Amino acid sequence: MYIRATGNISPQKTFGHPPMEEAPVAYAGNRLACFEPDYKEFIDPKLIRRMSRIIRMGVAAAMECLKEADVKVPDAIVTGTAYGCMEDTSSFLSKMVEFNEELLTPTAFIQSTHNTIGAQIGLMLQCNNYNNAYVHRGFSFESALLDGMLLLKEKEATTVLVGAVDEIINNSHAILSRMGLYKQGPVSNLEIYKTIPIAIGTKGTIAGEGAAFFMLASEASATDYAKLDGLHTFYKPAGVKEIERQISSFLEKQAININDIDLVITGKNGDAASDKIYDQLGQTVFNNSSMVNYKHLCGEFPTASSFAFWLAANIAKSGKTPALLGQSNSANKTIKRVLVYNHYMNMHHSLFLLSAC
Amino acid sequence: MNEPVFIAGTGIISAIGNNVAQCFDALENSRAGIGPMKYLDSVHKHRLPVAEVKLSNEELAKLAGLPKTKSRTALLSLIAAKEALSNSGIENITKWRTGFLSANSVGGMDKTENFFKTFLADNNKGRLRDVVDHECGAVTELVADALGIKDHISTISTACSSSANSIFLGARLIRNDILDVVVAGGTDALTKFTLNGFNTLMIVDEKLCQPFDENRRGLNLGEGAGYVVLVSDKVAATLKNKPSVKLSGYCNANDAYHQTASSPEGTGSYLAMSGALKRSGLQPADIDYINLHGTGTQNNDIAEGTAIKRLFAPHYPKMSSTKTFTGHTLGASGGIEGVFSVLALQHGIIFPNLRLETPMKDLPFVPEREVIKNVKMKHVLSNSFGFGGNCSSLIFSKV
Repeated sequence: MYIRATGNISPQKTFGHPPMEEAPVAYAGNRLACFEPDYKEFIDPKLIRRMSRIIRMGVAAAMECLKEADVKVPDAIVTGTAYGCMEDTSSFLSKMVEFNEELLTPTAFIQSTHNTIGAQIGLMLQCNNYNNAYVHRGFSFESALLDGMLLLKEKEATTVLVGAVDEIINNSHAILSRMGLYKQGPVSNLEIYKTIPIAIGTKGTIAGEGAAFFMLASEASATDYAKLDGLHTFYKPAGVKEIERQISSFLEKQAININDIDLVITGKNGDAASDKIYDQLGQTVFNNSSMVNYKHLCGEFPTASSFAFWLAANIAKSGKTPALLGQSNSANKTIKRVLVYNHYMNMHHSLFLLSAC
Repeated sequence: MNEPVFIAGTGIISAIGNNVAQCFDALENSRAGIGPMKYLDSVHKHRLPVAEVKLSNEELAKLAGLPKTKSRTALLSLIAAKEALSNSGIENITKWRTGFLSANSVGGMDKTENFFKTFLADNNKGRLRDVVDHECGAVTELVADALGIKDHISTISTACSSSANSIFLGARLIRNDILDVVVAGGTDALTKFTLNGFNTLMIVDEKLCQPFDENRRGLNLGEGAGYVVLVSDKVAATLKNKPSVKLSGYCNANDAYHQTASSPEGTGSYLAMSGALKRSGLQPADIDYINLHGTGTQNNDIAEGTAIKRLFAPHYPKMSSTKTFTGHTLGASGGIEGVFSVLALQHGIIFPNLRLETPMKDLPFVPEREVIKNVKMKHVLSNSFGFGGNCSSLIFSKV
């Protein structure tokens, strides 16, 4: 199966025709916010006014993807989101508390449901086909992707629009900060891996968000980004040994070994405990691999792996790492096969394997 | 891709009982579970009847074996999922590739909405343990961890069709040889968030709901959890009690009409039902009973009824909405009503559509008002339609 098109709204300039050879955007502070496009091109202005920010981002990323794929109505729409439409949820909840369950209006409630974005896309396209929404934390995007891949395999669909959306809002940033997720004090996204002293590292990461959509297709086309060879997830592994075993058995199932991988994209996020896992794998299974990170670009959030998927698709297409990555890699040959290994809080681990067409 | 997927076990907790046997007894004896609000602390307490599970969080926690501070959504889920697993007769789930696919609409919102009172006044206040399981997926993980399931876990949230979609996905994961055993269904606890949300839409009935009645006024919200244990042929062969029911059809379609309302002609409902029939290789005349979505709102019942008319005319199967017993349990409804559909097949019984007084004048059929026993049944269709136009239908068949 193939990745025919993408649409990505993120804290980098990834939307439309991304300037892949420009340096990444630097941020001061522990919260990265998306660059939002001019929505008028993609959504009816009457509708834009009614939509909250995450719905606009999700719908616009989906529309861009459909346009690039030249697909008017996909055979299925599958979305993933960990937190759902936070702004709508928080708004309805706040008013409900503030006005003691009186004087409420329905709009925020209606838009707070987790399937809102998939439903809005279906509505705009007048698409009566399969439509599903996954909401499983760090597996939300992976669950949506698996569903899309199965639909192609089952021949239930030839084109599936798969996407992930998550936003960070003031209330969620405040709560997650209190839970200790983010770095405190001055921090720059471009420096998160270089904590001092390096050997100890610091606690916490930087918050991010994004909306990334992909057109999966069963048949090849002239403009595909990459082939999607495989997906594997595993939950709460007992330790690094189990992670190594899961990675090896995934590669075995794909009938390749680690030397066949030209680039490994890992989900390092600057949090010392979280990054230790990647460092340990760098000593073992990824010992000889060329490795790069991506969360300095988009921040950490449960569906951040969708950004890595976008990045991997672009790298497989061009054969090289873009300047946008802001990192060099030791691969001195054309990159043909990319492995993404990501974990969210050491609970949700995922592997994506993509290759050049 | 068409290997049979069997129902090896069922588990349920709802307003009409804390397990399958209690719920069945209530259904058989026309005993509804809707009434004045007792456990949810809402200002609408004296105005809006609800279908609550008749246990406090402390009592539920004891039954579930979880701390009482955990979300009611998780407590309900674990009780029903445990029953389903024990009912399946599978001795050791770790022998198989086992998955837990759950669905819910608002996760740990019952805790979050209380946290928010303190938090809004001061962002540094409010107990974090009340928001730590806010995410829909966090509720699923509490239960998966307690059940010891880790091979595959996921959560679906497509409003009121959520748990029909998780059962549907479970069958696909077995047919694709990814899993052998799947505990699939959904859970939702009543929350002020949901109650007030539906209240602003002005579709909550201040009396007991009357689905498919000409003078219907709206829905009653309910809570609960329902799960089935889906197994492959290979697993079924190892069971002492061979499963008597299989999941033979399923379909997910979208109405693509409005974020909350159904199209007048029920396009999504029609596509879901006809798609499920096609998948199972059955004709409309093969369906013996339809467990209706039947919420009791003006809009749903005419849309669903019109779609049924288009698909089944002139020979209508027996039908009823068991939401007249359990209220609308939202993300749990596909799971709860899936279990009811299995029970109908196993016992040859049609459950009544309670409180139906005046049949809808625009529909050529009338749902059953009384219990009918000793019915020879082979195939039951279960409908779950939701916000966002998400429509799913499941077909359960006698083996």
